[in-house]
Amino acid sequence: MTTVLHLDSITKRFGALTANDAVTLELKEGEILALLGENGAGKTTLMNILFGHYAADEGRVEVFGQDLPPGRPRAAIEAGVGMVHQHFTLAGNLSVLDNVMLGSEPLLRLRSRRDEGRARLMALSEQFGLPVDPDARVAGLSVGERQRVEILKALYRDARILILDEPTAVLARPEAQRLFEILRGMTGQGLSIIFISHKLNEVMAASDRVAVLRGGRKVAERKTPETSPEELAELMVGRRVTRPRRQAHAVGAPRLVAEDVTVQLDGKPALQDVSFTVHAGEILGIVGVSGNGQAALGALLSGLAEPEAGHLTLEGREIGGLGPRAFIAEGIGRIPEDRHAEGVVGELPVWENSVLERLGAPEFSTRGFVRRAAARDHAAGLIERFDVRGATPETRIRLLSGGNMQKLILGRVLSAGPKVILANQPTRGLDEGAIAAVHAELLAARAEGAAIILISEELEEAVGLSDRLQAIVSGRLSAPVAAEEADPRRLGLMMAGVWEAPEDAA
Amino acid sequence: MTEALDLLFNASLWAAVLRIATPLIFGVLGALLCERAGVLNLGIEGIMTMGAMVGWLSVFLGADLWTGLLIAAGAGALMGLLHALLTVPLGLSQHVSGLGITLFASALAYYLYRLIVTVGESPPTIVPFRPLDIPVLSDIPFLGPVLFSQAAPTYLALLAVAVMAYVLARTPLGLAIRMTGENPHAVEAQGLDPTLIRIGCVMAGSALMALGGAFLTTAAFNSFFPEMVQGRGWICIALVVFASWRPGKALLGALLFAFFDAYQLRLQTVVEGVPYQLFLMAPYVLSIVALILVARRAQVPEALMTPYRKGER
Amino acid sequence: MRLERRPSVPWTLAATAPLAAIAAALALAAGLILAAGVNPLAAYAEMLKGALGSRLAVTEMLTRAVPLMLTGLAAAVAFRARLWNIGGEGQFYLGALAVAWVGHSMMSGLPPALGIAVLMVVGMAAGALLLAGPAFLRLRFGVDEVVTTLLLNFIVILFVGLMIEGPLRDPLAFGWPQSVPVDDAFRLPDLIPRTRLHIGLLIALAVAGIVWLILARTVFGTEARAAGFNARAAEFAGVSLPRTIMGVALLSGGLAGLAGGIEVMGVTGGVTTTMSPGFGYAGIVVAMLAALHPAGVVAAAVFVATVFVGADAMSRATGVPSFIADVIVALALLTMLVALLFTSYRVRR
Repeated sequence: MTTVLHLDSITKRFGALTANDAVTLELKEGEILALLGENGAGKTTLMNILFGHYAADEGRVEVFGQDLPPGRPRAAIEAGVGMVHQHFTLAGNLSVLDNVMLGSEPLLRLRSRRDEGRARLMALSEQFGLPVDPDARVAGLSVGERQRVEILKALYRDARILILDEPTAVLARPEAQRLFEILRGMTGQGLSIIFISHKLNEVMAASDRVAVLRGGRKVAERKTPETSPEELAELMVGRRVTRPRRQAHAVGAPRLVAEDVTVQLDGKPALQDVSFTVHAGEILGIVGVSGNGQAALGALLSGLAEPEAGHLTLEGREIGGLGPRAFIAEGIGRIPEDRHAEGVVGELPVWENSVLERLGAPEFSTRGFVRRAAARDHAAGLIERFDVRGATPETRIRLLSGGNMQKLILGRVLSAGPKVILANQPTRGLDEGAIAAVHAELLAARAEGAAIILISEELEEAVGLSDRLQAIVSGRLSAPVAAEEADPRRLGLMMAGVWEAPEDAA
Repeated sequence: MTEALDLLFNASLWAAVLRIATPLIFGVLGALLCERAGVLNLGIEGIMTMGAMVGWLSVFLGADLWTGLLIAAGAGALMGLLHALLTVPLGLSQHVSGLGITLFASALAYYLYRLIVTVGESPPTIVPFRPLDIPVLSDIPFLGPVLFSQAAPTYLALLAVAVMAYVLARTPLGLAIRMTGENPHAVEAQGLDPTLIRIGCVMAGSALMALGGAFLTTAAFNSFFPEMVQGRGWICIALVVFASWRPGKALLGALLFAFFDAYQLRLQTVVEGVPYQLFLMAPYVLSIVALILVARRAQVPEALMTPYRKGER
Repeated sequence: MRLERRPSVPWTLAATAPLAAIAAALALAAGLILAAGVNPLAAYAEMLKGALGSRLAVTEMLTRAVPLMLTGLAAAVAFRARLWNIGGEGQFYLGALAVAWVGHSMMSGLPPALGIAVLMVVGMAAGALLLAGPAFLRLRFGVDEVVTTLLLNFIVILFVGLMIEGPLRDPLAFGWPQSVPVDDAFRLPDLIPRTRLHIGLLIALAVAGIVWLILARTVFGTEARAAGFNARAAEFAGVSLPRTIMGVALLSGGLAGLAGGIEVMGVTGGVTTTMSPGFGYAGIVVAMLAALHPAGVVAAAVFVATVFVGADAMSRATGVPSFIADVIVALALLTMLVALLFTSYRVRR
């Protein structure tokens, strides 16, 4: 088989961080190669170098035998490389056809040949089994449809090598299956494919070969039929990191109860008639593929969204829509989904971030003036207790790594002794070590009697931590299921929206 | 009351509307082009002032009127280049940079004017664009004097509206510009350079703005004096929002605004006892009202004012 | 070539940024002075002499610096919270008008110190209320405050003209229309006798200290800074964005209004439509040169005042048009922007 792609000793540094360290990789014609590694291993950086978003510091790239000029996506596209980005590079306000045709015609052409473009797009759509409406506005499309547009963009530019970055992060199981079938079909038509993933089962099911990256280096390559998930897991992480195990214990009284709550986001219903109960000393896991209403649920439980209908009560008191300040005062601790956008103010130092939520409290302010010494001490305490590395209270918080920032956020929430904790994707983007630390803290809080609601897209995490589980699909919640009864088949059905008649939320 | 209404049937009012609208049309189109590509250009007030001065000065120093306009456009493009360099590759605050450009371009214009021109009792004058009486068409009653007896740059402005509407909607370049204002990463991912597109649009937009200023000194009036732009630049920024960033609607907005301005001027002669300042205030108040009315449904270009840092995803 | 964030900003670098910016602005403006056929060094010498060369010059310069300090503080406070208050000019004028009006007729019999204090509050209230409008429009309707504050400047100046040609006309003024003057009892006493320098300077310095205290030490100030850096995260943390933005608006508008009131009580006595040579806009430059720090605002105001006062003298001595002052100040804004960038970022291959 011919080698269509050869990455030779690619090295890339960002300041003190070496993101890729002399990585060498080959792709053969017609094969599907999986690039596997945990968060921060360097997979996306490597592919960004291939596609020209970055230029490597050392090393070269050869595509179909020709050297690829570095740092220019145009060169990569002309060489036949296409990329489906993890965060889609689409303009929501424009149509599918607009997004696909951009850049494909000479800029100085006097009239855009849209009819030809439309015909070509529809032909490709048919050939590869990716149905789209060329005139639809991208913002109105579902995530799966948008991904199809991203793929068609690459095919429209005659890509012979296709890179997909975490393509199933936003897809439900059936859609993910369908995607891999389409990819297989493409290889039958002569394309070669690399996909990035951190999901072992997908890699085992869909790829011909696997390359494992760890800490910026390629640590192993295997033919997929010759390896196993266990071997890959160990190669990915490099050591046996075991996540902490949940100990079953008796659960307390109901703390936070939602009854038939409906929440609108941007004028559309995002949560419909959802009901759940979280008890003291319990972790309730809400599992689902991204984009099924988790954002609205997170907003509701952070105090940012008001229920259009239904009730949200804390120990019997109505709290729906009271606002973040009231939620904090009521003892609800919130770990937000996006630590950079919502969790911290990057330019402020660690100590101000540690107390920003609680500036009104007497311990941190008197008569409108901030009690700076008390706040600094508090921050120093958090840094020590929660093992936040690379920080003093004065450090600008944006300098912390993702894992350390998350540990600080966790610390500031837990140190307030909350009655209820919202943990929204608490380990997104973290490496195994940080994930284990976060899980340990959540389980400790559970042992102390906090009522925890965990929203997670990682099944393994949700099942490992939760006492009970509910699936979120299209803004609705399934009936709760005890963790012991949540086998993969049952969970799969729940996440696909196949529910029995809802029992009373227990 | 009837006198106020009678004014509406006067052809000279409507002819004035087109004339007053011309600098606004250039200004709105210029601001629109910059913003469609994702850059807010608050330098408009200064760039229009600079265009007014440079256009007039070129003619005063011997160039013909069209060359004067060309030089004014060039000066505008240079100021635009400065704003673009500060805000695009350097990613500085578009608000502050724009304000700085306005202060700088105005100050520079006044300084150079004072340096080169000796001002006596009244500012020196040039021979401006005369209204072009288009044969046959300008004899049509009412419509003739209004539509077919305008100065040449006015027709240029109307042409510019059509050209910009076409380019944005129907050409690959227009698509690239629109996309740059919505998602510059998408532009990069398709092999184009959003930085260059933004810089080019800001330069071209600033050239248009400068033409708007130059119209004031080479057609509407025939001399240059400080503060002659009178906030028209800011009004154009408001009109861009009002026009939902579309050239056709921008033309309508400019005409509507010019109508109120022209009407208010004539109303002063007819209505007794109202201080003239209230009339003069009307255009600014109207702009604010217009902004409030459209604010809710404004479909802003998504990447407007977001600096584009390559590789930062 | 790339820009890479610096992990920390050594304060030495941060302190030299404004100096480098000013030097660059002066160097660029030197080219324009050369075009006038004048030796730039000679011109700058005249400028320094004109602003700092004699006791009288220094007091004139400081008198000019007082309103700049206050409008500079107004802009700094607002910009820190990402509230783009470009309406300092209008807030200045409205504050001035309110003080002239109330101080003329309504306060006879009040002891001077109390009267001055009351009038300061009046000036602040006028400026605050004026900016509250655009702030409300932003909070409620999402209308960008840049354009509304700018347009209001024109409206306010027309309104002031209307008032001083009408109801608030000073019957004793000949020629140029002027408002009724503030009662003599409430004129600010001179700081240095037989000069125009009044105790407004001390008031401005005290206000700068208070603003620093508010921003750095109070809960409100911390929340305002957080909201300016990352509004979404601030909201998540329970900061009430509407209340914070409105609070910032009231403070910022109040500072600019106070500038107008103090100028009336200390210098002009009454209001004319030309009493501000662009204090509001220059305040923005002052704020940027100070990197939005209240302490820096005092120094930056002195610089800008030096340029303006010095330029008049320089113009008389050398024939260089006095607009060079506006050019230098505008250039300083742009060069300071670039300098600030290089304090936060490094250039990397």
